[in-house]
Order: sequence, then C-alpha cells, then structure tokens
Amino acid sequence: MNRRSDPLIPTTDPLSREDTHPAEDRAGAVHHLVRRPELGALVAALGIFLFFSLTTDVFLSPAGVSTWLYSASLFGIMAVAVALLMIGGEFDLSAGAMTGTTGLLVGILTTQWGLNVWIAMLVALAVALAIGAANGLIVMKTGLPSFIVTLATFFILQGVNLAVTKLITGSVVIQGMAQVPFFDAVKHLFGSTIPVLGLDLKVAVLWWFAVIALATWVLIRTRTGNWIFAVGGALPSARQMGVPVLKVKIGLFMTTAGAGWLVGMLMLFDVSTVQATTGIGQEFVYIICAVVGGCLLTGGYGSAVGAALGALIYGMTLQGIVFAQWDNNWLKAFLGGMLLLAVLVNLSVRKRVGATA
Amino acid sequence: MSALAPAPAPAPILEARNIGKSYGPVRALHGVNATISAGEVLCVLGDNGAGKSTLIKILSGVHAHTEGELLAHGTPVTFASPRAALSLGITTVYQDLAVVPLMPVWRNFFLGAELRSGPFRQLDSRRMRHLTHTELAKMGIRLRDVDQPIGTLSGGERQSVAIARAVYFGASVVILDEPTAALGVKQSGVVLRYIAQARDRGLGVVFITHNPHHAYPVGDRFLLLEHGTSLGLFPKNELSLAEMTALMAGGAELEALAHELERPAPGPEA
Repeated sequence: MNRRSDPLIPTTDPLSREDTHPAEDRAGAVHHLVRRPELGALVAALGIFLFFSLTTDVFLSPAGVSTWLYSASLFGIMAVAVALLMIGGEFDLSAGAMTGTTGLLVGILTTQWGLNVWIAMLVALAVALAIGAANGLIVMKTGLPSFIVTLATFFILQGVNLAVTKLITGSVVIQGMAQVPFFDAVKHLFGSTIPVLGLDLKVAVLWWFAVIALATWVLIRTRTGNWIFAVGGALPSARQMGVPVLKVKIGLFMTTAGAGWLVGMLMLFDVSTVQATTGIGQEFVYIICAVVGGCLLTGGYGSAVGAALGALIYGMTLQGIVFAQWDNNWLKAFLGGMLLLAVLVNLSVRKRVGATA
Repeated sequence: MSALAPAPAPAPILEARNIGKSYGPVRALHGVNATISAGEVLCVLGDNGAGKSTLIKILSGVHAHTEGELLAHGTPVTFASPRAALSLGITTVYQDLAVVPLMPVWRNFFLGAELRSGPFRQLDSRRMRHLTHTELAKMGIRLRDVDQPIGTLSGGERQSVAIARAVYFGASVVILDEPTAALGVKQSGVVLRYIAQARDRGLGVVFITHNPHHAYPVGDRFLLLEHGTSLGLFPKNELSLAEMTALMAGGAELEALAHELERPAPGPEA
C-alpha cells in the first residue's frame, strides 16, 4: 500500500500498478465481507421467513410466531455459546447432553432428596462449570482435539444421565417438579410466558436476546473478545503476544457448559419434567447453527448474531415444516444442505483472507 | 576482536563480551562479541547452524548465556525469561510475526496490550484505531483502512506492522529474526526500508539474516558467525560486500566447490 507514496518506485511502473490495484480491491471486498459473517444467514433467514409466511396460515399467527421463536431460543442460546467456543478454536460435543444433565440433577436433588430448589440449581451450575473446566483443561493440557475429548464427555454424560436417573427414580423421567417448594418462583424466572405485542412470548426468548447481546458485547467490545478471536485464529501468535491462552479456552468451555445449564433450567421449568435423554443429538445442531451463522470450523472468525440467526433458521424450519404438514424428515435434509452451503461460503472467505494462516 | 574499545558516547544498550552458550556438553556458541547502540543496525550473518538462533535466544531472554558477559546499559545482566529482556526494552520480532491473519490490523497491533476505558473496561477502539494509523504512518506505512484483516497485507507490510508495534510498545532494541527470509525482492526492499526507518527513530536494530545483499545496505556493523563462533565484528567501512559474502560462505569452501563444479576443459584433459 505504501508503494503509492514511495518516491523510489515510480507509480507508472506497470508491474507495481498491476500488483497493487487488484490486491487492494480484493482486500476491500473481502474485509467488508469479513466484517459481516452473519450476512448469508440473514438472507437465508429472511427467505425462510417469507416462504413459510406465504405457504402456511399458522406461521405468522401469534401462536405460530411464539412457537418458532421459543424453539429458536433454546437452540439459539446454545448456538451462541458454541459459536464463542468455535471462534476460540474448539468444539464441544457434550453441550447437548449438558442440558439434560443439569435438568436431571436439579430434578433428582429436589424431588428425590428434597433439597431446596435454589440450592439444587446452584449445585447443578457448579457441576456444569466443573465439567466444562475439565473439558478445557484436558484439551489444553494434552493437546488432543476438543472434538475427541468432548465426544468422550458426551458419551459419559449420556450414559450417566440414563443410568443414574434409572437407578434413583426407577424410570427415565423426572416427575413431580411442580410440587417442589418455590417451584413457582423459579418458574417466573425460567418458565413463564410474557405477553408482548399480542404474542405470548416465553421468557426463554428474552434470555436468548440477553445472551446474544452479552456475547456480542464481549466479542466486539471487550479485551476478552479480542483474546477469543486471537486464540482461535492463531494460537501460537496469541501466546507470544501474552494472551492468557489457557484461561481463555477454559473460560469458553465453561461458558458453553453454563449455557447448557441455562437451557436445562429453561426446559425443566417450562414443562416441569425432564427426560433422561434430553439434549442427546442436539450438539451437532448447535454447531450447524453456528456454522450457518458464519463461524469458521477452523476458528478465529464468526459472530454471536450469526449463530443466533442460524438458530432462528433452524427454529423457523423446524416449526414451519410442522405447520406445512410435511414429513418431518425433510428437516434433516434441509439442515444438511444449509450446512454444506454455509461451509462452502465460509471456505471462500477463509481462502481469500487467511491464505497464509 | 579486542576492538571492544568503550563506545564513545554513552554505553551501548546491549553489549556481548565473549559470550557463549552450552546446552549440556554441546557448545552451541562461544566467543561472540557485539555491541548494539541506539540508532545503529547490527547485522548478524551466518549460514544455517552457525549459531544465529542461539545468539537471538540469549539476547531475547529465551535462554541464559553460560559463558562471557552480557551488559545492558553497561551493567552485567542475565535474562531469566523473555519478559526480563522485554522489560529492558529488548523486543524480538519472530519470523511468524505473532499476528492473527483474520483479525483487523488495529486489533493485531494492540493484541495482548489492549487499551480500555469506561466503567465496563470496554476496548477503546477509537483510540486504538487512531494510534495504529498514526504509528504506522510514522514508519511510512500508509493503510487505507486499519480495519482490514492483517492477512490481506503483503508479507513485507506485515513485517513492518510487527516492527511498528515493537517500536510503539517502547522497544529500544528490536531483534528481527530473518525478516526477509520468506520474501521476494520487492517485499524485502519494503522491510529493509522500515529497518532504516526504525534506526532513524533511534532504535538499536539487530537484523539476523543469511543474505549479505540484504544486510549490507542497512547495516552499520556486521557480526559474522560460523560453526558456533564469531568470525569477527566489522564496521561497514572495514568490509566490502564481496569480502563479506566470501567470509560468510566460508570462502575456502566455496572455492573448493567452484573448483569441483567446474566443467572439464574440452580437449586435452578428458
């Protein structure tokens, strides 16, 4: 870039001109793209919104809107947390099972052992954060891919969820939550429905918006956010520049686990029951939402809003297909197509910007 | 090399006296003398395995020396860690530059030393953008937009941003580890110009390279290393480019090689 102002190299030199201008145009186009990782997801979300609004009657009705917003919010909270982790360069396959583990833990502690519900929730949060920290610690200390480490955690949680629930309750469902003292108070926080503009909005949607806002602020406006991008984009460089890599990564794993706890509570206090299989199979949905929202699988790039849009796409499609009375199985096929498309778009971004990375 | 006549002006920022380093029984470097003064470029030249990286590691605090003396501003020191060297203003810019390609230039510039303000300790991005812009301009680097990912800059420009960053964060000595090794002719020129800029701004620069053609134009003194020891520390006026090249390549070895590769003269000998 400095070549233009450099007297030593004449600007009329055809070589330098040829080599400068296309590069600058490319950089200009790319960095505008780069600033908007969520652009593709926004376009897709609008398209899907319009499609189901026009083809089904229920989709735009107040009941319809609250249904797909609620659905999107549960996936969305997780997708945002998983997106932060992916920007930081890691995966968490145990995130889905964690929503079950925390819900079950609170259920068992209160209905079986009569523990105060607030304390039970704190215990569940502590357990979730500890598991998240363990994931992070193992990944960072061994250098193993987080994909493998958290796959192991996923299986452990899946097995423990089922086995322990059966052992203690004799069934695979926790019931009787509604009779637990203070249940109603907690339900206000996690399971209530609030009328907003004629919609009966589940409180989970508000939690989702709060999570998006907080994550976006952290990513863009705080030092921690800078560090998250750095550890995911180029770990050795981040380390050399004095970024506390271990803290950042472990913090991200704990954040995902914490989000699992939040979603676990939102589901538990919404329906006042929890299945031992809750959350199983959803870990990939979170990752897909984040990727559709523009996160790179290789880390260092993405946004919270993008992941939230990815979850919105998923929620709208999930419920839209039901409203349209299609075969539910189309959802999976659609999801796969979206993922492939998103990965291809993301790849081109990566190639143009980080060819040397 | 008893040419270590005390420097005329104040003591040099860094001075190595007969310095050396052994890793267990292996003597990686010995008998090296060098001085690094403000506003001077010291070029360290040598082939692969000559001991250049061992010397960098001593100067940047990665490994402590085991022989000789290292003086900072005239007082003997032993660096226990890179942080110890950093606190004396000795900064090393490694080949991989420690940048994150996907992040904007300004975020890279302040990575690990972010400026924050306000009750929520938010990033002061306006000030950081502005400072990045002006600091780069001081080095003669003009970017249209400090928000572009640093990965979109050319190799030479990225080197230069790394140098500018070191300068801004109070470096008094910048050690550059083979900054031109991976660059083409034009991009190397860009980096050499920024080395001269840094020198003119009063920094001591240690420029490590194995390319005499890159070293000669910017260097004030040349430290030639071979097989873990010094061939000498030469001021520019005592050494021509040709002499330096010959010394570096191990003149005798190169001559022998030239002889070996020579085509047999047609006729009688064959």
